Amino acid sequence: MSRGVLATEKRGIRELGAEEFVGWDEVTQGVILPSFESELKENVSHIRPEERDYSDFNSYTATVASWRVIKPVYNRDICIDCQNCWVWCPDTSIISRDKQMLGIDYDHCKGCGVCVEVCPTNPKSLLMFGEAEETEDALAKWPEKKKKAK
Amino acid sequence: MAEKMELKEVEVWDGNYAASQALRQAQVDVVSAYPITPSTPIVENYGAYVANGYVDGEFVMVESEHAAMSGCVGAAAAGGRVATATSSQGFALMVEVLYQASGMRLPIVMTVVNRALASPLNVRGDHGDMYLGRDSGWVQIDAFNAQEAYDLTLCAFKIGEDMRVRLPVMMHQDGFLTSHTAQNVHPLSDDEAYKFVGDYKPYEEMLDFTKPVTYGAQTEEDWHYEHKARQHKALMESKDVIDEVFAEFKKLTGREYKRVESYMMDDAEVAIVALGTTVETARVAAEQLREEGIKAGVVAPRCFRPFPFDEIRDALENTKAIAVLDRSAPMGAMGALFNEVSAALYTTPNRPLVTNFIYGLGGRDFSVEEAKRIFKEQKAHADAGHITTPIQQFSGVRGPKLGFFETKRGN
Repeated sequence: MSRGVLATEKRGIRELGAEEFVGWDEVTQGVILPSFESELKENVSHIRPEERDYSDFNSYTATVASWRVIKPVYNRDICIDCQNCWVWCPDTSIISRDKQMLGIDYDHCKGCGVCVEVCPTNPKSLLMFGEAEETEDALAKWPEKKKKAK
Repeated sequence: MAEKMELKEVEVWDGNYAASQALRQAQVDVVSAYPITPSTPIVENYGAYVANGYVDGEFVMVESEHAAMSGCVGAAAAGGRVATATSSQGFALMVEVLYQASGMRLPIVMTVVNRALASPLNVRGDHGDMYLGRDSGWVQIDAFNAQEAYDLTLCAFKIGEDMRVRLPVMMHQDGFLTSHTAQNVHPLSDDEAYKFVGDYKPYEEMLDFTKPVTYGAQTEEDWHYEHKARQHKALMESKDVIDEVFAEFKKLTGREYKRVESYMMDDAEVAIVALGTTVETARVAAEQLREEGIKAGVVAPRCFRPFPFDEIRDALENTKAIAVLDRSAPMGAMGALFNEVSAALYTTPNRPLVTNFIYGLGGRDFSVEEAKRIFKEQKAHADAGHITTPIQQFSGVRGPKLGFFETKRGN
Protein backbone atom coordinates (compact mmCIF):
# COMPACT_ATOMS: atom_id res chain seq x y z
CA MET A 1 0.00 0.00 0.00
CA SER A 2 1.33 3.42 -0.87
CA ARG A 3 1.76 5.72 2.11
CA GLY A 4 0.84 8.79 0.08
CA VAL A 5 2.55 11.13 -2.32
CA LEU A 6 6.38 10.94 -2.44
CA ALA A 7 6.42 8.46 0.47
CA THR A 8 8.38 5.23 0.70
CA GLU A 9 6.64 2.00 1.73
CA LYS A 10 8.15 2.41 5.18
CA ARG A 11 6.74 5.80 6.13
CA GLY A 12 4.95 5.63 9.47
CA ILE A 13 4.68 1.85 9.51
CA ARG A 14 5.36 1.43 13.21
CA GLU A 15 4.02 2.88 16.44
CA LEU A 16 6.59 4.54 18.71
CA GLY A 17 7.54 2.23 21.58
CA ALA A 18 6.41 -0.92 19.79
CA GLU A 19 9.98 -1.92 18.87
CA GLU A 20 11.60 -5.19 19.83
CA PHE A 21 13.56 -4.87 23.07
CA VAL A 22 17.15 -6.05 23.31
CA GLY A 23 19.63 -6.21 26.22
CA TRP A 24 22.55 -3.94 27.09
CA ASP A 25 24.86 -6.13 25.00
CA GLU A 26 22.95 -5.39 21.79
CA VAL A 27 22.22 -1.67 22.02
CA THR A 28 24.36 0.61 19.85
CA GLN A 29 27.48 2.22 21.32
CA GLY A 30 26.82 5.75 22.53
CA VAL A 31 23.15 5.54 21.48
CA ILE A 32 24.42 6.40 17.99
CA LEU A 33 21.58 5.50 15.64
CA PRO A 34 21.91 4.99 11.87
CA SER A 35 19.29 6.77 9.77
CA PHE A 36 19.42 4.30 6.88
CA GLU A 37 19.59 0.55 6.52
CA SER A 38 22.85 0.51 4.62
CA GLU A 39 25.68 2.82 3.62
CA LEU A 40 24.57 5.10 0.79
CA LYS A 41 26.31 5.36 -2.57
CA GLU A 42 26.43 9.14 -2.42
CA ASN A 43 25.77 12.11 -0.16
CA VAL A 44 22.26 11.63 1.23
CA SER A 45 21.19 15.11 0.21
CA HIS A 46 21.45 14.00 -3.44
CA ILE A 47 18.98 11.13 -2.94
CA ARG A 48 15.26 11.85 -3.09
CA PRO A 49 13.38 11.07 0.14
CA GLU A 50 11.15 8.47 -1.54
CA GLU A 51 14.29 6.61 -2.71
CA ARG A 52 15.97 6.42 0.71
CA ASP A 53 16.00 3.17 2.68
CA TYR A 54 15.08 4.58 6.08
CA SER A 55 16.01 2.48 9.12
CA ASP A 56 13.80 1.62 12.06
CA PHE A 57 15.80 4.18 14.09
CA ASN A 58 14.65 6.98 11.79
CA SER A 59 11.48 8.76 12.89
CA TYR A 60 10.38 8.53 9.24
CA THR A 61 9.33 4.92 9.77
CA ALA A 62 7.40 5.70 12.95
CA THR A 63 3.93 7.21 13.07
CA VAL A 64 2.70 9.77 15.57
CA ALA A 65 -0.66 10.25 13.86
CA SER A 66 -2.43 9.21 17.06
CA TRP A 67 -1.16 12.35 18.81
CA ARG A 68 -3.42 14.47 16.60
CA VAL A 69 -7.02 15.47 17.34
CA ILE A 70 -7.49 18.02 14.57
CA LYS A 71 -5.83 17.89 11.15
CA PRO A 72 -5.04 20.35 8.37
CA VAL A 73 -6.83 19.72 5.07
CA TYR A 74 -5.25 21.05 1.90
CA ASN A 75 -7.22 22.68 -0.91
CA ARG A 76 -5.31 22.53 -4.20
CA ASP A 77 -7.78 24.84 -5.98
CA ILE A 78 -6.82 27.85 -3.88
CA CYS A 79 -3.11 27.23 -3.12
CA ILE A 80 -0.60 29.57 -4.80
CA ASP A 81 2.47 27.38 -3.98
CA CYS A 82 4.09 30.12 -1.95
CA GLN A 83 5.85 27.49 0.28
CA ASN A 84 5.05 29.39 3.48
CA CYS A 85 3.58 26.25 5.10
CA TRP A 86 6.59 24.17 4.01
CA VAL A 87 8.97 26.69 5.58
CA TRP A 88 7.05 26.96 8.85
CA CYS A 89 5.96 23.36 9.51
CA PRO A 90 7.91 22.27 12.61
CA ASP A 91 7.72 18.58 11.66
CA THR A 92 8.59 18.69 7.93
CA SER A 93 5.11 17.32 7.26
CA ILE A 94 4.33 19.53 4.26
CA ILE A 95 5.21 17.64 1.10
CA SER A 96 6.46 19.80 -1.71
CA ARG A 97 8.48 19.09 -4.85
CA ASP A 98 9.94 21.63 -7.31
CA LYS A 99 8.21 24.45 -5.43
CA GLN A 100 4.80 22.79 -5.86
CA MET A 101 2.76 21.94 -2.78
CA LEU A 102 1.62 18.30 -2.98
CA GLY A 103 0.02 17.40 0.33
CA ILE A 104 0.48 16.56 3.99
CA ASP A 105 2.40 13.76 5.70
CA TYR A 106 -0.34 12.57 8.06
CA ASP A 107 2.03 10.05 9.68
CA HIS A 108 4.05 12.87 11.21
CA CYS A 109 1.74 15.90 11.31
CA LYS A 110 0.72 16.61 14.91
CA GLY A 111 -2.08 19.01 14.05
CA CYS A 112 -0.45 22.13 15.46
CA GLY A 113 -2.11 24.41 12.89
CA VAL A 114 0.96 26.51 12.09
CA CYS A 115 0.51 25.84 8.34
CA VAL A 116 -3.02 27.24 8.48
CA GLU A 117 -1.87 30.25 10.45
CA VAL A 118 0.82 31.19 7.92
CA CYS A 119 -1.24 30.50 4.77
CA PRO A 120 -1.71 33.89 3.00
CA THR A 121 -4.54 33.07 0.56
CA ASN A 122 -8.16 34.18 0.82
CA PRO A 123 -9.79 31.89 1.71
CA LYS A 124 -6.97 29.86 3.21
CA SER A 125 -5.68 26.85 1.28
CA LEU A 126 -5.23 24.89 4.51
CA LEU A 127 -7.88 24.64 7.24
CA MET A 128 -8.15 22.57 10.41
CA PHE A 129 -10.89 19.92 10.62
CA GLY A 130 -11.70 17.17 13.12
CA GLU A 131 -9.52 14.09 12.74
CA ALA A 132 -12.54 12.00 11.67
CA GLU A 133 -13.65 14.40 8.91
CA GLU A 134 -13.42 12.95 5.38
CA THR A 135 -11.37 15.07 2.96
CA GLU A 136 -14.24 15.38 0.42
CA ASP A 137 -16.61 16.57 3.16
CA ALA A 138 -14.04 19.07 4.37
CA LEU A 139 -13.51 20.45 0.86
CA ALA A 140 -17.28 20.73 0.39
CA LYS A 141 -17.49 22.93 3.48
CA TRP A 142 -14.69 25.28 2.33
CA PRO A 143 -15.59 28.94 3.04
CA GLU A 144 -16.01 31.60 0.34
CA LYS A 145 -13.55 34.41 -0.26
CA LYS A 146 -13.93 37.07 2.43
CA LYS A 147 -14.76 40.52 1.12
CA LYS A 148 -12.89 43.48 2.47
CA ALA A 149 -15.05 45.63 4.71
CA LYS A 150 -15.61 49.04 3.15
CA MET B 1 51.38 21.50 7.55
CA ALA B 2 52.04 22.51 11.13
CA GLU B 3 55.52 23.75 12.00
CA LYS B 4 57.56 21.44 14.20
CA MET B 5 58.94 22.74 17.47
CA GLU B 6 62.52 21.98 18.45
CA LEU B 7 62.53 20.75 22.04
CA LYS B 8 65.55 20.17 24.26
CA GLU B 9 66.14 16.84 25.95
CA VAL B 10 65.23 18.52 29.25
CA GLU B 11 62.87 21.47 29.31
CA VAL B 12 61.87 23.58 32.31
CA TRP B 13 58.09 23.52 32.17
CA ASP B 14 55.31 23.95 34.66
CA GLY B 15 52.33 21.60 34.58
CA ASN B 16 50.26 23.93 32.42
CA TYR B 17 52.98 24.30 29.81
CA ALA B 18 53.61 20.57 29.86
CA ALA B 19 49.93 19.83 29.24
CA SER B 20 49.68 22.42 26.45
CA GLN B 21 52.75 20.95 24.71
CA ALA B 22 51.16 17.49 24.82
CA LEU B 23 47.98 18.90 23.25
CA ARG B 24 50.08 20.53 20.52
CA GLN B 25 52.01 17.35 19.80
CA ALA B 26 48.79 15.33 19.56
CA GLN B 27 47.71 17.68 16.72
CA VAL B 28 44.17 18.15 17.95
CA ASP B 29 41.58 18.99 15.27
CA VAL B 30 39.42 21.21 17.47
CA VAL B 31 40.15 22.85 20.81
CA SER B 32 37.06 24.59 22.12
CA ALA B 33 37.90 26.35 25.36
CA TYR B 34 37.17 29.15 27.81
CA PRO B 35 40.20 29.95 29.98
CA ILE B 36 39.92 29.90 33.78
CA THR B 37 42.50 30.09 36.57
CA PRO B 38 44.64 28.06 37.17
CA SER B 39 44.37 26.29 33.80
CA THR B 40 44.39 29.54 31.79
CA PRO B 41 47.96 29.07 30.50
CA ILE B 42 47.04 25.75 28.85
CA VAL B 43 44.50 27.56 26.67
CA GLU B 44 46.71 30.65 26.30
CA ASN B 45 49.75 28.62 25.23
CA TYR B 46 47.67 26.54 22.85
CA GLY B 47 46.28 29.71 21.29
CA ALA B 48 49.85 30.89 20.73
CA TYR B 49 50.78 27.57 19.04
CA VAL B 50 47.81 28.00 16.70
CA ALA B 51 48.65 31.64 15.94
CA ASN B 52 52.31 30.79 15.29
CA GLY B 53 51.56 27.93 12.91
CA TYR B 54 52.43 25.00 15.18
CA VAL B 55 48.92 23.55 14.97
CA ASP B 56 46.79 22.77 11.92
CA GLY B 57 43.55 22.37 13.86
CA GLU B 58 40.91 24.88 14.86
CA PHE B 59 40.86 26.86 18.08
CA VAL B 60 37.37 28.01 19.08
CA MET B 61 37.05 30.69 21.74
CA VAL B 62 33.55 30.31 23.16
CA GLU B 63 31.39 32.31 25.56
CA SER B 64 31.35 29.93 28.55
CA GLU B 65 32.56 26.53 29.72
CA HIS B 66 29.14 25.05 28.99
CA ALA B 67 29.67 26.20 25.41
CA ALA B 68 33.28 24.98 25.44
CA MET B 69 32.27 21.42 26.25
CA SER B 70 29.29 21.65 23.90
CA GLY B 71 31.70 22.66 21.13
CA CYS B 72 33.85 19.67 22.01
CA VAL B 73 30.84 17.34 21.81
CA GLY B 74 29.86 18.69 18.41
CA ALA B 75 33.38 18.50 17.01
CA ALA B 76 33.97 15.01 18.39
CA ALA B 77 30.65 13.74 17.02
CA ALA B 78 31.55 15.30 13.69
CA GLY B 79 34.64 13.09 13.66
CA GLY B 80 37.68 14.99 14.94
CA ARG B 81 40.28 14.73 17.68
CA VAL B 82 39.12 17.16 20.34
CA ALA B 83 40.50 18.62 23.56
CA THR B 84 39.89 21.39 26.09
CA ALA B 85 41.02 22.55 29.51
CA THR B 86 39.24 23.86 32.59
CA SER B 87 39.15 24.22 36.38
CA SER B 88 36.73 24.64 39.25
CA GLN B 89 33.73 26.88 38.44
CA GLY B 90 34.30 26.28 34.74
CA PHE B 91 34.30 22.56 35.38
CA ALA B 92 31.07 22.94 37.36
CA LEU B 93 29.45 24.81 34.47
CA MET B 94 30.48 21.99 32.12
CA VAL B 95 28.99 19.21 34.21
CA GLU B 96 25.75 18.85 32.26
CA VAL B 97 27.69 18.38 29.03
CA LEU B 98 30.27 16.03 30.58
CA TYR B 99 27.53 13.43 30.90
CA GLN B 100 26.50 14.04 27.26
CA ALA B 101 30.07 13.48 26.07
CA SER B 102 30.49 10.18 27.89
CA GLY B 103 26.97 8.97 27.03
CA MET B 104 27.69 9.58 23.35
CA ARG B 105 31.06 7.80 23.81
CA LEU B 106 33.11 10.73 22.47
CA PRO B 107 36.85 10.46 23.22
CA ILE B 108 37.42 14.10 24.18
CA VAL B 109 40.54 14.84 26.25
CA MET B 110 40.20 17.47 28.95
CA THR B 111 43.17 18.69 30.96
CA VAL B 112 41.74 19.66 34.34
CA VAL B 113 43.80 21.78 36.70
CA ASN B 114 42.17 21.04 40.03
CA ARG B 115 40.87 23.99 42.02
CA ALA B 116 38.43 24.48 44.91
CA LEU B 117 34.75 25.25 44.33
CA ALA B 118 33.12 28.45 45.61
CA SER B 119 31.69 29.64 47.92
CA PRO B 120 33.89 31.12 49.38
CA LEU B 121 35.55 31.94 46.07
CA ASN B 122 39.02 30.44 45.91
CA VAL B 123 41.48 29.94 43.05
CA ARG B 124 43.83 27.51 44.82
CA GLY B 125 44.10 23.80 44.41
CA ASP B 126 41.89 21.19 46.00
CA HIS B 127 40.07 18.24 44.51
CA GLY B 128 36.50 19.53 44.64
CA ASP B 129 36.21 19.76 40.86
CA MET B 130 37.84 16.38 40.26
CA TYR B 131 35.36 14.77 42.67
CA LEU B 132 32.48 16.56 40.95
CA GLY B 133 33.36 14.62 37.80
CA ARG B 134 33.55 11.22 39.39
CA ASP B 135 30.11 9.97 38.29
CA SER B 136 30.25 11.66 34.88
CA GLY B 137 31.41 8.59 32.98
CA TRP B 138 34.84 9.96 32.06
CA VAL B 139 38.14 8.18 32.57
CA GLN B 140 39.95 10.25 35.21
CA ILE B 141 43.75 10.10 35.44
CA ASP B 142 45.76 12.05 37.98
CA ALA B 143 49.24 13.53 37.51
CA PHE B 144 51.34 14.39 40.57
CA ASN B 145 53.92 16.64 38.81
CA ALA B 146 54.66 18.40 35.52
CA GLN B 147 56.40 15.44 33.84
CA GLU B 148 53.40 13.26 34.58
CA ALA B 149 51.03 15.96 33.32
CA TYR B 150 52.87 15.85 29.99
CA ASP B 151 53.22 12.07 29.76
CA LEU B 152 49.68 11.26 30.81
CA THR B 153 48.07 13.84 28.52
CA LEU B 154 49.67 12.00 25.58
CA CYS B 155 48.43 8.72 27.05
CA ALA B 156 44.92 10.17 27.53
CA PHE B 157 44.35 10.47 23.76
CA LYS B 158 45.48 6.93 23.16
CA ILE B 159 43.28 5.55 25.95
CA GLY B 160 40.09 7.43 25.08
CA GLU B 161 40.39 6.95 21.32
CA ASP B 162 41.02 3.20 21.50
CA MET B 163 38.09 1.49 19.76
CA ARG B 164 37.61 -0.72 22.85
CA VAL B 165 37.15 2.38 25.04
CA ARG B 166 35.78 5.38 23.06
CA LEU B 167 35.22 7.42 26.21
CA PRO B 168 36.30 10.93 27.20
CA VAL B 169 39.33 11.28 29.45
CA MET B 170 40.17 13.87 32.11
CA MET B 171 43.83 14.46 32.87
CA HIS B 172 44.05 16.04 36.30
CA GLN B 173 46.84 18.00 37.95
CA ASP B 174 46.87 20.10 41.13
CA GLY B 175 46.20 23.81 40.74
CA PHE B 176 49.35 25.93 41.28
CA LEU B 177 51.27 23.15 43.06
CA THR B 178 51.69 21.36 39.72
CA SER B 179 50.27 23.82 37.20
CA HIS B 180 52.53 26.73 38.18
CA THR B 181 55.62 24.95 39.51
CA ALA B 182 58.41 24.85 36.92
CA GLN B 183 60.22 21.53 36.91
CA ASN B 184 62.54 19.56 34.67
CA VAL B 185 60.46 17.77 32.06
CA HIS B 186 61.78 15.27 29.52
CA PRO B 187 59.59 15.71 26.43
CA LEU B 188 59.38 13.50 23.37
CA SER B 189 60.15 14.99 19.98
CA ASP B 190 57.08 16.09 18.00
CA ASP B 191 57.42 13.08 15.69
CA GLU B 192 57.86 10.57 18.50
CA ALA B 193 54.94 11.99 20.45
CA TYR B 194 52.59 12.02 17.44
CA LYS B 195 53.63 8.53 16.45
CA PHE B 196 52.81 7.34 19.97
CA VAL B 197 49.38 9.01 20.01
CA GLY B 198 48.65 7.93 16.42
CA ASP B 199 46.23 9.23 13.78
CA TYR B 200 42.68 9.85 14.92
CA LYS B 201 40.29 7.10 13.85
CA PRO B 202 36.70 8.31 13.46
CA TYR B 203 33.77 6.13 14.55
CA GLU B 204 30.24 6.71 13.22
CA GLU B 205 31.10 10.34 12.55
CA MET B 206 28.27 12.75 11.81
CA LEU B 207 30.04 14.34 8.84
CA ASP B 208 29.93 11.07 6.87
CA PHE B 209 26.95 11.98 4.65
CA THR B 210 26.83 8.53 3.09
CA LYS B 211 26.06 7.10 6.54
CA PRO B 212 24.05 9.68 8.46
CA VAL B 213 23.61 8.97 12.17
CA THR B 214 21.77 10.45 15.11
CA TYR B 215 23.74 11.51 18.21
CA GLY B 216 22.05 12.38 21.48
CA ALA B 217 18.84 10.39 21.02
CA GLN B 218 16.16 10.39 23.69
CA THR B 219 15.45 7.16 25.57
CA GLU B 220 12.99 6.67 28.39
CA GLU B 221 12.46 3.87 30.91
CA ASP B 222 12.42 1.28 28.12
CA TRP B 223 15.97 1.91 26.78
CA HIS B 224 17.96 4.32 28.97
CA TYR B 225 19.03 1.68 31.50
CA GLU B 226 20.53 -0.68 28.90
CA HIS B 227 22.58 2.14 27.38
CA LYS B 228 23.90 3.23 30.79
CA ALA B 229 24.78 -0.37 31.67
CA ARG B 230 26.75 -0.73 28.44
CA GLN B 231 28.53 2.57 29.08
CA HIS B 232 29.48 1.53 32.62
CA LYS B 233 30.88 -1.77 31.32
CA ALA B 234 33.00 0.10 28.77
CA LEU B 235 34.42 2.33 31.51
CA MET B 236 35.09 -0.62 33.83
CA GLU B 237 36.86 -2.52 31.04
CA SER B 238 38.93 0.49 29.94
CA LYS B 239 41.42 -0.57 32.63
CA ASP B 240 42.95 -3.15 30.29
CA VAL B 241 43.56 -0.53 27.61
CA ILE B 242 44.97 1.89 30.21
CA ASP B 243 47.44 -0.82 31.27
CA GLU B 244 48.38 -1.46 27.63
CA VAL B 245 48.93 2.23 26.89
CA PHE B 246 51.03 2.66 30.04
CA ALA B 247 53.12 -0.38 29.02
CA GLU B 248 53.65 1.03 25.53
CA PHE B 249 54.62 4.39 27.00
CA LYS B 250 57.16 2.72 29.26
CA LYS B 251 58.68 0.95 26.27
CA LEU B 252 59.07 4.29 24.53
CA THR B 253 60.32 6.43 27.43
CA GLY B 254 61.29 4.16 30.30
CA ARG B 255 58.81 6.01 32.49
CA GLU B 256 56.40 3.62 34.18
CA TYR B 257 52.82 4.36 35.19
CA LYS B 258 50.35 2.12 36.95
CA ARG B 259 46.66 2.51 37.72
CA VAL B 260 47.67 2.32 41.38
CA GLU B 261 51.07 3.68 42.34
CA SER B 262 52.54 1.93 45.41
CA TYR B 263 55.56 3.29 47.22
CA MET B 264 57.43 1.23 49.80
CA MET B 265 54.37 -0.96 50.28
CA ASP B 266 56.03 -4.40 50.23
CA ASP B 267 56.29 -4.61 54.02
CA ALA B 268 54.29 -1.53 55.05
CA GLU B 269 52.34 -1.65 58.30
CA VAL B 270 50.88 1.82 57.97
CA ALA B 271 49.90 3.62 54.80
CA ILE B 272 48.59 6.88 53.45
CA VAL B 273 46.28 6.86 50.42
CA ALA B 274 46.13 10.17 48.59
CA LEU B 275 45.82 11.89 45.23
CA GLY B 276 47.80 14.64 43.50
CA THR B 277 50.89 16.40 44.80
CA THR B 278 50.17 15.10 48.31
CA VAL B 279 51.41 11.71 47.14
CA GLU B 280 54.94 13.09 46.81
CA THR B 281 54.70 14.80 50.22
CA ALA B 282 53.56 11.55 51.82
CA ARG B 283 56.41 9.66 50.11
CA VAL B 284 58.98 11.99 51.66
CA ALA B 285 57.31 11.54 55.07
CA ALA B 286 57.31 7.75 54.66
CA GLU B 287 61.02 7.76 53.78
CA GLN B 288 61.83 9.77 56.90
CA LEU B 289 59.72 7.53 59.13
CA ARG B 290 61.40 4.42 57.77
CA GLU B 291 64.61 5.83 59.32
CA GLU B 292 62.74 5.94 62.65
CA GLY B 293 61.72 2.31 62.23
CA ILE B 294 58.09 2.88 61.24
CA LYS B 295 57.17 0.77 58.21
CA ALA B 296 55.30 3.41 56.28
CA GLY B 297 54.18 3.32 52.64
CA VAL B 298 52.06 5.33 50.21
CA VAL B 299 49.35 4.21 47.81
CA ALA B 300 47.92 6.50 45.14
CA PRO B 301 45.15 5.80 42.65
CA ARG B 302 46.72 7.15 39.45
CA CYS B 303 43.44 6.22 37.85
CA PHE B 304 40.52 7.72 39.81
CA ARG B 305 37.96 6.41 37.30
CA PRO B 306 37.59 3.56 36.56
CA PHE B 307 38.25 3.10 40.27
CA PRO B 308 40.99 0.46 40.66
CA PHE B 309 39.10 -1.56 43.27
CA ASP B 310 41.21 -4.70 42.87
CA GLU B 311 44.63 -3.03 42.71
CA ILE B 312 43.83 -0.83 45.73
CA ARG B 313 42.86 -3.96 47.64
CA ASP B 314 46.02 -5.80 46.57
CA ALA B 315 48.21 -2.85 47.52
CA LEU B 316 46.72 -2.35 50.99
CA GLU B 317 45.35 -5.62 52.28
CA ASN B 318 48.41 -6.60 54.30
CA THR B 319 48.75 -3.30 56.15
CA LYS B 320 47.45 -2.72 59.66
CA ALA B 321 46.26 0.88 59.58
CA ILE B 322 45.54 3.25 56.73
CA ALA B 323 44.77 6.96 56.53
CA VAL B 324 42.80 7.93 53.43
CA LEU B 325 43.21 11.62 52.60
CA ASP B 326 40.42 13.52 50.87
CA ARG B 327 41.21 17.00 49.53
CA SER B 328 37.56 17.86 48.97
CA ALA B 329 34.92 19.14 51.36
CA PRO B 330 32.92 15.97 52.13
CA MET B 331 29.74 17.87 53.12
CA GLY B 332 27.75 15.45 55.20
CA ALA B 333 29.56 12.19 54.55
CA MET B 334 32.93 10.52 54.81
CA GLY B 335 35.39 11.50 52.08
CA ALA B 336 34.72 9.82 48.74
CA LEU B 337 38.17 8.26 48.48
CA PHE B 338 37.82 6.91 52.05
CA ASN B 339 34.50 5.31 51.15
CA GLU B 340 35.88 3.64 48.05
CA VAL B 341 39.11 2.42 49.63
CA SER B 342 37.18 1.13 52.65
CA ALA B 343 34.75 -0.74 50.41
CA ALA B 344 37.65 -2.43 48.62
CA LEU B 345 39.31 -3.41 51.91
CA TYR B 346 36.08 -4.71 53.45
CA THR B 347 36.33 -7.72 51.13
CA THR B 348 39.75 -8.79 52.50
CA PRO B 349 40.25 -11.28 55.35
CA ASN B 350 42.54 -8.84 57.17
CA ARG B 351 40.34 -5.74 57.01
CA PRO B 352 42.90 -3.09 58.06
CA LEU B 353 41.86 -0.13 60.22
CA VAL B 354 40.92 2.78 57.95
CA THR B 355 40.53 6.41 58.98
CA ASN B 356 39.69 9.49 56.94
CA PHE B 357 41.43 12.87 56.89
CA ILE B 358 39.98 15.91 55.20
CA TYR B 359 42.87 18.26 54.38
CA GLY B 360 44.24 20.99 52.14
CA LEU B 361 40.92 22.61 51.23
CA GLY B 362 41.25 25.76 49.12
CA GLY B 363 44.99 25.17 48.75
CA ARG B 364 45.82 24.95 52.50
CA ASP B 365 49.38 23.63 52.69
CA PHE B 366 49.95 19.99 53.60
CA SER B 367 53.41 19.49 55.04
CA VAL B 368 55.76 16.54 55.42
CA GLU B 369 55.50 17.04 59.21
CA GLU B 370 51.70 16.68 59.07
CA ALA B 371 52.00 13.57 56.92
CA LYS B 372 54.41 12.12 59.50
CA ARG B 373 51.98 12.93 62.32
CA ILE B 374 49.20 11.14 60.44
CA PHE B 375 51.45 8.12 59.81
CA LYS B 376 52.28 8.00 63.53
CA GLU B 377 48.62 8.12 64.44
CA GLN B 378 48.09 5.11 62.19
CA LYS B 379 50.93 3.36 64.02
CA ALA B 380 49.10 4.04 67.32
CA HIS B 381 45.90 2.50 65.87
CA ALA B 382 47.90 -0.50 64.67
CA ASP B 383 49.55 -1.01 68.06
CA ALA B 384 46.22 -0.66 69.91
CA GLY B 385 44.49 -3.00 67.46
CA HIS B 386 41.66 -0.55 66.93
CA ILE B 387 41.02 3.03 65.82
CA THR B 388 41.82 5.34 68.76
CA THR B 389 40.51 8.58 67.24
CA PRO B 390 37.31 9.66 65.50
CA ILE B 391 37.12 7.93 62.10
CA GLN B 392 36.99 11.23 60.20
CA GLN B 393 39.26 14.08 61.23
CA PHE B 394 40.22 17.45 59.77
CA SER B 395 43.92 18.01 59.19
CA GLY B 396 45.34 21.52 59.24
CA VAL B 397 42.16 23.41 60.11
CA ARG B 398 42.23 26.12 62.79
CA GLY B 399 39.94 25.93 65.82
CA PRO B 400 38.89 23.12 68.20
CA LYS B 401 39.65 19.57 67.03
CA LEU B 402 37.01 18.37 64.59
CA GLY B 403 36.11 14.68 64.33
CA PHE B 404 33.18 12.45 63.35
CA PHE B 405 32.14 8.85 64.10
CA GLU B 406 33.77 6.27 66.39
CA THR B 407 34.74 2.68 65.64
CA LYS B 408 32.73 -0.26 67.02
CA ARG B 409 35.71 -2.62 66.75
CA GLY B 410 38.19 -3.14 69.60
CA ASN B 411 38.15 -1.07 72.84
